[in-house]
Amino acid sequence: MTIAYNEIQETIRMVQMESLDIRTVTMGISLRNCADSDFERVKANIYHKITKYAGQLKPVAEQVEKEYGIPIVNKRISITPIAEVLGDATVEQAVELAKVLDAAAEETGVDFIGGYSALVHKGVTHADQTLLDAIPEALATTNRVCSSVSIGTTRTGINIDAVAKLGEIIKETAERTKDHNSIGCAKFVAFCNPVEDNPFMAGAFHGTGEGEVVLSVGVSGPGVVLNALKRYPDADLGEVADVIKKTAFKITRAGELLGRVVASRLNVPFGIMDLSLAPTNAMNDSVAEILEEIGLESVGTHGTIAALALMNDAVKKGGAMASSYVGGLSGAFIPVSEDNGMIRGIEDGSLSLDKLEAMTCVCSVGLDMIALSGEASAETLAAIIADEAAIGMINKKTTAVRIIPVIGKDEGEVVEFGGLLGRAPIIGVKPFSSEKMIRRGGRIPAPLQALIN
Amino acid sequence: MQKRAVVTVVGKDQVGIIARVTNVLADHNMNIHDISQTILQDYFTMMMIVEMADKNRLDDLLEAFEAVEKDMNLTISIQLEDVFQAMHRI
Repeated sequence: MTIAYNEIQETIRMVQMESLDIRTVTMGISLRNCADSDFERVKANIYHKITKYAGQLKPVAEQVEKEYGIPIVNKRISITPIAEVLGDATVEQAVELAKVLDAAAEETGVDFIGGYSALVHKGVTHADQTLLDAIPEALATTNRVCSSVSIGTTRTGINIDAVAKLGEIIKETAERTKDHNSIGCAKFVAFCNPVEDNPFMAGAFHGTGEGEVVLSVGVSGPGVVLNALKRYPDADLGEVADVIKKTAFKITRAGELLGRVVASRLNVPFGIMDLSLAPTNAMNDSVAEILEEIGLESVGTHGTIAALALMNDAVKKGGAMASSYVGGLSGAFIPVSEDNGMIRGIEDGSLSLDKLEAMTCVCSVGLDMIALSGEASAETLAAIIADEAAIGMINKKTTAVRIIPVIGKDEGEVVEFGGLLGRAPIIGVKPFSSEKMIRRGGRIPAPLQALIN
Repeated sequence: MQKRAVVTVVGKDQVGIIARVTNVLADHNMNIHDISQTILQDYFTMMMIVEMADKNRLDDLLEAFEAVEKDMNLTISIQLEDVFQAMHRI
């Protein structure tokens, strides 16, 4: 079948002028057979397995992007939550293991490796505890290792003891990396209802229901959606949804094609396609600007949640039709530091932490890349996580928290993280304490929504 | 396996664009199946469907195109045809 020239032009325009790219190809690798009673062997097993499976990931992905002319921005690895293979290792050994993962990531040339993780939404095993204790030092002494912890699910409720611990972990990680704007916290995410096949960082891990090795893809493309909408300034909201849907379809089809080619050349099964609109600091590659194009003067003002709900749903509808296996997080991301429109919203005073929280009720995924005042206490950070987890638990959706209390900086200042992580104006937290609630500990019981059998 | 690819060339109109670009393709043993070219407000736009004989020589080809891009101030891209099929056809 021949392709019409206007269709060729449309694709070229999307790539060259509207930042169409594949955000990530992520190889999930099971490490469960790497466990051993001898810790030195665990390290060797893990290093060899990762470098064996992912050794060709980067060159193959680069060759495919060249042939198809669509950039694949990140190449990543996700692994079995490390707490599951730690056994009786000590905290020091768990930190050593993070360095082994960092070395394996460097050897394979991938941008990040995710899965320095523990699932503690109901209880904490000995190995989970070791991992939690190791996270701050592990994040401070490695570059490419990302960590995530699940502290709640709709089926189990929320483990507030673990939430309290995460507040301390985030605070300590911020302290340990304070010379670099507390950047360690950008590699850590707390989850409620995590998914097992998320290709995006910092929350990627290779879940227990996954196979030996799998390749998943995360697309992007806020710039393409924004430009498509600009061509219909007078469309009503039904037509707006339709434009977004059609655009998401095209973006997803391109992503799935490239993902399948990479997977087949690596001789690895194709996993899922994650239909998330992920913004970057590139000009016009912003989710906030899509909301503004729909008709808001500045993101965060009244109407933001309605516009976001419309957009998120339309992206899913278009993407679901375009991919045979949809998975991961699949919804719009609303990180602050990585989205020029969000940054502007905070600086202009239209967007606040409270509004961002509300926005996470209608989109994937949660509070993301938000710089907070370094004064925020561990209990306040824990309470922010608890709030977000409650939204996820009750609404049966994934929510996440990736916040950075920037030590030594206060509300109104701006912090530069550099690269894809961008920059962010510091947001203040409420001056009132949540300490007593967090200190009570225990678990928030699973909600009625869990009783579905 | 032979694959079809789409070559697009965009830039300010000038003498010899088609000659330079098609010479590069000939040097790399690539057959042209279809070609279309227009001038839009002084801007030259050309699209070609070509048969890619040897994908392994893609690096050479990109390098050769880069030289032409620099000399004539053009933007040249080459993409396998599958991606257009995927995006615009169900």
